[in-house]
Amino acid sequence: MSTQELVIPAPRQIETEPRRSDKIFRGVVTGGGLSSLLILGLIALFLGYRGFEVLRQEGIGFITHSDWSISTDDAGNVVESQFGLAAMLVGTILCSLIAVVIALPVSVFSALFLNFYAPGWLKKLLVTIIDMMAAFPSILFGIWGFLVLMPSVEYWAKLLHKYFGFVPFFDMQVPVFTRSPFVAGVVLAIMIIPIITSVSREIFSQAPLDRIQAAYALGATRWAMIKAVVIPHGRGGVIGGAMLGLGRAMGETVAVFTVLNIVFQVNWQMLLGAGGNVASLIILKFGDASPYEIKALMAAGLILFLLTLVVNALANLIVKTTGKSGR
Amino acid sequence: MTTSHESENQDMQTSVKPSSLADVAAAKAPKTPGTSVLGTGLETRGVHAWFGKHHALSNISLDFAAGTVTALIGPSGCGKSTFIRTINRMHEFIPGAAMAGEVLLDGKDVYAPGTDVTKIRLQIGMVFQKPNPFPSMTIGENVLSGLKLAQLKVENKDELLEECLERAGLWNEVKDRLGAHGGSLSGGQQQRLCIARALAVRPQVLLMDEPCSALDPGSTLRIEDTIRHLSDSMTIIIVTHNMQQAARVSDYTAFFLSDGGPGQMIEVAPTSEIFSRPQDSRTESYVTGRFG
Repeated sequence: MSTQELVIPAPRQIETEPRRSDKIFRGVVTGGGLSSLLILGLIALFLGYRGFEVLRQEGIGFITHSDWSISTDDAGNVVESQFGLAAMLVGTILCSLIAVVIALPVSVFSALFLNFYAPGWLKKLLVTIIDMMAAFPSILFGIWGFLVLMPSVEYWAKLLHKYFGFVPFFDMQVPVFTRSPFVAGVVLAIMIIPIITSVSREIFSQAPLDRIQAAYALGATRWAMIKAVVIPHGRGGVIGGAMLGLGRAMGETVAVFTVLNIVFQVNWQMLLGAGGNVASLIILKFGDASPYEIKALMAAGLILFLLTLVVNALANLIVKTTGKSGR
Repeated sequence: MTTSHESENQDMQTSVKPSSLADVAAAKAPKTPGTSVLGTGLETRGVHAWFGKHHALSNISLDFAAGTVTALIGPSGCGKSTFIRTINRMHEFIPGAAMAGEVLLDGKDVYAPGTDVTKIRLQIGMVFQKPNPFPSMTIGENVLSGLKLAQLKVENKDELLEECLERAGLWNEVKDRLGAHGGSLSGGQQQRLCIARALAVRPQVLLMDEPCSALDPGSTLRIEDTIRHLSDSMTIIIVTHNMQQAARVSDYTAFFLSDGGPGQMIEVAPTSEIFSRPQDSRTESYVTGRFG
């Protein structure tokens, strides 16, 4: 045996040379992935570029004030203008929150029903119907909301006002119940139920079978099993689905425009017939806007874009922090 | 008890020839049925099982005396797991699954109309092939999860927790970290955690579906040790592919086989006899390692 000391070598550099087909495929996939980033960036750039002048003019007031007025002389030159989004931002958040609060429990229970209770034929039928709901044009939801839903929601709104009036959200000074954020929220809720249901259903169906069996083997009822296994597993995914729904509700234009009474005044009273959201503002003003007002609308679009981005980032964060515990 | 364990371990280390399985099995005398106060045991009468049109299991009639360990052996696909899943009514979760015959626990048919199936599963616990603790729960919560799932009330939870972990042979390893998550344990520890979890609802019968197949030899020995201790207070049925294991832990052994058709029970006898003087030539071929 030699008594030589062991020389510890430096770690080797490991290099792999991918095949050509692999390289090509990587290029195609990378291109696809980056193109969505590029498109998103270009949209943001476009909105920022077009809206820059107004944003500089209004400063922070653009999101804290809620006047929207412009006057021009006969030649079309702007004499005086004031643009503030506060009422529309509040309306956006209020309507979409109402929508999620209504849609989330409905969607989660539908998803649980479809996965664990519905017989096979009913499941197939309901899944088809719910998927079809997602593809339904939003103007039809709007018209339905206006013609059919509004008269009956008014009744519920009055009940809420009567018995929960002590809660600021449900309180109102002027009894104008129609065309309120509440009605818009209910319409939006129906529009986002399909997406939240479908995301929840997917995540619930991935609940690990061995844990489901473990729960049953311990004498669990179906509901006890769902509480112990399926919901902890799916929590993160359900929150993600709710955030997707929230994003959709925030960006919804036509349905809200049809139902809601657009008023430029901050209104947190969800039963009062006044409100609006950023997207419905754009559609309201776009048709007969002067070039300068168009710039203001572009700036509004940018703010909505950023708001959506923030909500999605928040969703990712929540999914990441809560999703792990149940896996 | 301790002497028989030592001799088992010695046998295990030296056993290379199949013939020594008989010696392993003979090292412990089979328990005499009826010595226990744990009810009258479990009995199956003419149990058949189907998956859709596939007839998986044919006419299994077996007696499991209270306080005994019965091993079910046989090649893959012969219906051993299906059989034990008919006992605690887990079979019916599989879409298209059907069964015939009777499973009698203390003389009462567990499939009788009006039977509360959750109560049956409380009385007949199960340990699965793959350890499946609830990852969202801590070690302590895992052990007591059955109480919560079945909405049972217990006087002293801490006492029960320690007792179950002790009996599953896990207490010393986890007593200082009961608040850690179940997933942080090793595979063998997770399986013992699952055994502790099954014990916490105080079952009369414990079904074990290849509980050691995913474990290393050290963990396997610990679990076998646990099984021997548990058999003082409950009836155990264990499915295993490991004949050494059957010889080491069981009082009785049943040999299952499928000849292409539905799985059948070929032979049941005290374990020492199955490994020394099997009645059926097919059993002999299997236990001596000629097939399977």
